[in-house]
Amino acid sequence: MIDVINSAAQKPSVGVAQVIRRTSPRKRLLGWIRAVAIIVVTLVMVFPLFWMLLASFKQNVDITNPDVFFFAPTVQNYINVLFANNFLRYGFNSLVIAAAATLIALIIGLPAAYAVSKYKMKSVSGFILLARVIPGISLLIPWYYIFAQIGLVGSFRALIITHIFVSLPLIVAIMSSFFEGMSTELEEAGQIDGLTVAGTFLRITLRLAIPGVATSAILSFIFSWNNFLFALILSGKNTTTLPAALYQFISYLGVDWGGLMAASVVITVPVMIVTIFLQKYIVAGLTAGATKG
Amino acid sequence: MALQLSDKSISTKAKLEGWVDRNLKFIFTLPALLLVLALIIYPLIYTIQLALTDASRSTTRAKNFIGLENFVTLLHDTERFWPAVGRTVYFTGAGLIIETVCALGLALLLRKAFRGQGIVRTAILLPLVATPVAVGMMWMLIFQPSIGFANVFIEWFGIPAQGWLSDPGQTLNTLIFIDVWQWTPMMALILLAGLASIPEEPEEAALVDGASWLQRHIYVTIPMLKPAIFAAILLRAIDSLKTFDILYATKGAGGGSNHEAETLNVLAYSYSFDYQDYGIASAVLILFLILICGAVALVTVASKAGAK
Repeated sequence: MIDVINSAAQKPSVGVAQVIRRTSPRKRLLGWIRAVAIIVVTLVMVFPLFWMLLASFKQNVDITNPDVFFFAPTVQNYINVLFANNFLRYGFNSLVIAAAATLIALIIGLPAAYAVSKYKMKSVSGFILLARVIPGISLLIPWYYIFAQIGLVGSFRALIITHIFVSLPLIVAIMSSFFEGMSTELEEAGQIDGLTVAGTFLRITLRLAIPGVATSAILSFIFSWNNFLFALILSGKNTTTLPAALYQFISYLGVDWGGLMAASVVITVPVMIVTIFLQKYIVAGLTAGATKG
Repeated sequence: MALQLSDKSISTKAKLEGWVDRNLKFIFTLPALLLVLALIIYPLIYTIQLALTDASRSTTRAKNFIGLENFVTLLHDTERFWPAVGRTVYFTGAGLIIETVCALGLALLLRKAFRGQGIVRTAILLPLVATPVAVGMMWMLIFQPSIGFANVFIEWFGIPAQGWLSDPGQTLNTLIFIDVWQWTPMMALILLAGLASIPEEPEEAALVDGASWLQRHIYVTIPMLKPAIFAAILLRAIDSLKTFDILYATKGAGGGSNHEAETLNVLAYSYSFDYQDYGIASAVLILFLILICGAVALVTVASKAGAK
């Protein structure tokens, strides 16, 4: 899967001069229509995000006047959000939870994904992917009951455990399809040289699978970072994550639009930066497994 | 002596390695299975149990077994439950149809390589990786009737200002629009990957035979793309039925004052965490799960029928 995407991305685009020489006026017109359509689609996708960014630098007076594109920018919204509203702390919480959940899910999920692909354990992978079908809320009620009884509500531990539920199925799905696509030649060579199967997995397969591991880790991190539902219920004063904090921001302060947009930007920017630099991996991960059987 | 000992330890080590290798299948999958069992299967059984009780208010309060009463109450509830079922089906159904059509168009549009395609592909990724709650807040500002950009934009075309999210009649459609904006790229990416993996010969043959662009796509490309289309629909249907973040972030508890955005997921959430009525919330969830499984079965059957 990942190879397919790489090769598609690397296919050189046709030179402009070539296109013009080769094509009839009708084709050239179609080319222009296509270009305009692509630009329109891109604008539709990016403009709302741009508008959010713009609003985050506006004073509330400027926001209430939607006609204004030009305004005196201010960073006051960011200062309020980061320092007065403690978003730095929430960002740290989100980071810790997403990183810990991803790491644990990798340690548990990578061997499982390997076994699923090597021994064709379809039922096991189906069992693990069940997690995708079940609505989070149906787990949240029992979790809440159980965590409340053992006093874990509001702890980092509770949030990390629940976020593994987001990460593990994702990692198993992406990695089992990645392992299936890998050639077994080096593994066989390793076993002939006296490595055990477990040893081959640890010393050879895992090293060769680094691009896949990166893909699944990035996506697992993003989805954990974005998760709202579990933190909404299970986080406490000291463990509030960014999405939960953003929701509370609106309920407490009503309509401080500038602050709200600055807070939204603070949450989305890390994800956007990761996406811009690692676009290829993210596309590979999102489509892995979906296009087979 | 020392030599003997190390020999012995080597042989124990070898034995252990042999044992590990023979049982690798189980050793590698057991932690994941145990985790799934603890985090998913046990809670699921607990949910069924709770659904048969009157659990409410405090988690430490004793609960009484009341049989199927919660289910009977729900199935007779035309105020909250059935409208929520309707909204869930409408939100997912309408969203899916629009997203599938748009994603197919988008995938065909971006299929052939062009200059700047890296930028465009990154741009269409941004909506789907953006934090849903933040996306909800962003659209709330844009759709704000008096200060939002949406009304400014439609007024350029002479369309009068709309209420959007604050008009109960338009809320659900506005939310579908947001869902389409956020998730069409996801479907398009799956379809693009599908397009990259289908052979080129049949299309070239059709071109040589003089088929028009439309004919080529309807009779050749799209039929070959069917598996990817169904895979995309299945994934999207599951996630769409479970949509929560954007609905709750923009409309809050109960899906707004008239419950205009209250889908089954939001209803279950409201029953459990806004009203602390855990028993009936669990019953909602079980009925919801049945609906999801039904939808998955429907898409799977349709895709099998379509493949023949």
